[in-house]
Amino acid sequence: MIFVNSIVVGLKEIWAHKSRSFLTMLGIILGVTSLVGMSAIIKGMENGMKEAMIAMGGVDKVLVRTQPVPAWQDHLADSAPGRTLTDVMALQNSAPLIRLVSPEMALDDVMISRGEKRTEPSECVGAWPAVLEMNLHTLAHGRFFNEIDEAEARPVCVIGTGIRDELFGRPDEIGKEIIPLGETIMIENQPFVIVGMFQEYMGEQEAKERIRQKELRDKQEQAGPKRSRGWGRRGGWAFWRKNMTVYIPLNTAWVRFRSGGTAGSGIPDPRLTDMDIKVADFSRLEEALQQARNVLLLTHQGIEDFSFETQENQIENINKQIKNARLSGGIIAGISLLVGGIGIMNIMLASINERVREIGICKAVGATSANIFIQILIESAVIALIGGLMGLVVSELFVDLLGALTPSANSPVITRNAELVAVAFSVAVGVLAGILPAIKAASFSPIEALRYE
Amino acid sequence: MALLELRNVSKIYHLGGEEIRALDGVSLDIGGGEFVSIIGPSGSGKSTLMHILGCLDTPSHGTVTLDGTEVQRATPRELAHMRNRKIGFVFQFFNLLPKLNVVQNVELPMIYAGVSGRERRKRAEHALELVEMSHRLKNRPSQLSGGQQQRVAIARALVNDPKIVFADEPTGNLDTHTGEIILALFRKLSQEGRTIIIVTHNPEIAAVTPRRIEIRNGKIAEKVDERLAGLDRLAAKAGSLAPAA
Repeated sequence: MIFVNSIVVGLKEIWAHKSRSFLTMLGIILGVTSLVGMSAIIKGMENGMKEAMIAMGGVDKVLVRTQPVPAWQDHLADSAPGRTLTDVMALQNSAPLIRLVSPEMALDDVMISRGEKRTEPSECVGAWPAVLEMNLHTLAHGRFFNEIDEAEARPVCVIGTGIRDELFGRPDEIGKEIIPLGETIMIENQPFVIVGMFQEYMGEQEAKERIRQKELRDKQEQAGPKRSRGWGRRGGWAFWRKNMTVYIPLNTAWVRFRSGGTAGSGIPDPRLTDMDIKVADFSRLEEALQQARNVLLLTHQGIEDFSFETQENQIENINKQIKNARLSGGIIAGISLLVGGIGIMNIMLASINERVREIGICKAVGATSANIFIQILIESAVIALIGGLMGLVVSELFVDLLGALTPSANSPVITRNAELVAVAFSVAVGVLAGILPAIKAASFSPIEALRYE
Repeated sequence: MALLELRNVSKIYHLGGEEIRALDGVSLDIGGGEFVSIIGPSGSGKSTLMHILGCLDTPSHGTVTLDGTEVQRATPRELAHMRNRKIGFVFQFFNLLPKLNVVQNVELPMIYAGVSGRERRKRAEHALELVEMSHRLKNRPSQLSGGQQQRVAIARALVNDPKIVFADEPTGNLDTHTGEIILALFRKLSQEGRTIIIVTHNPEIAAVTPRRIEIRNGKIAEKVDERLAGLDRLAAKAGSLAPAA
């Protein structure tokens, strides 16, 4: 009863001093906005990083890297074989803990053209079908390479939608989606037939945006100029890169581009540019890597010119970065909320000094010190709560604004948790800030308070 | 046993090492249903006496018994409780809360008494009926005249059905005519059997009450001041107003 009444009186008090109350709340509003905004930005970062992580092949992918031979093998550096198909075969046959091996032979600085149009893919790679699973590709149209393509080193290729967009036109620009199966494109001036195309990869955020725009387009029926934003780089770097992939059979890459030797040297180069593996059981990662290492040491005649790079390290990195960002963001937002709390304390002290007489009246008609204490505490908490709720609204707008400014995969995401924490924290700050004024108000003697002018 | 019993009550203030006896050995009985005025010039100690009688303050020495409870031993919480249930105050400056409307002001003591919302409303409206203010329930105090404000204050004082109503210079801030109406209201309440104690420095007001207690220099004067004699005429005048109110 007293509780409800206290809230009502508190609201009246706030309403009676609108501008003063608003200025007081501003501190809390800013505090909540910075807390929610900060966590939304961090959440966006986290989402972006995780999506990019998956776009690059998922957590269980391990890269076999080349590295300079260690110092004690320096004299053997010239015999370092690098990663070759021999390694791939050895791993496939002798390392049962390795589920998948995907060799890649990349071509550098490739120009792809069709008629007048030309583009540079993010990567033009000779690969085995294992690459699909390795890099988490999904074929949307046509087929991938088969043994005959590989054995005969046929001039066929599978492309990402980004290449299609560049050479055949974007669906949203030309109004229909072209599926260029059977078309011939030139890779370094050699004709290749497109046999397959991947699905279009994009972040969650972009997918939503795409649907929204499509609805918008359906309404407008293509009125007005065509929309073009940037250079197909939407949705973040990782997705763009994945969409701009061109795959050709590994053997084709070898026969048509590498066996003649790289520019200038004239010496054939059988080394792979990439060798990725996936382990059969992620929980036995260490064991699997040890096994792969043993096999590779054999094929490399003991020369340690390779190392393993797991995505685990990267995930750890991401988590660490996010944790740090959260911590620093939380501290900054916490400080601004605290400052808001000091503002509330200040205004509550001023307010009770104005209301000494009122407090005296309440005591004369029977209010106990506890009644007065709770009254002031509730008023203070109500100011903070209203400020907190307004802060949520402001942070919503703030995050929308941020999202509009940066239409990327990293656009901030407000989480329910952050909102709850922010409001709870602001109420706690309000209650804390109210304690001192409440003690002061409760300690007025009724006679003194009634006499006060 | 009297409703209010004071035995040898003193109140001593210390101001810069100097001892000030605001009340000095006051003994006093006030029975239920009495209509009493406490008079005396400013600084005589009458306000201190009222504070002690009204449980706003506790004596330095002596005993005060209100309705069987010893006030000087009560905790602040118990004092608040007694003010809430047994005492109603009417002040010179009305002391209504400016942000609450008339009904809410009258409901205030019942909130601290823990009365439920509907009951509160009912009793507040009834009390406002007694003082003939039923027509201004939703007004703010600032929208009322002084006399109306004082009537609302009286309704607030009555709403918890207290044993005693204290009025501290209840007409001090009103013009003569309005003051007389308020006094007539007190007279009516007294006739209905309530205990009413009016504190004033104005003999004309004191003349209205059957019993007068005069305070001088912190002590009860043996005999009522000469100046109060011959004021029966005023009393009669006030009495003649009563039926009109």
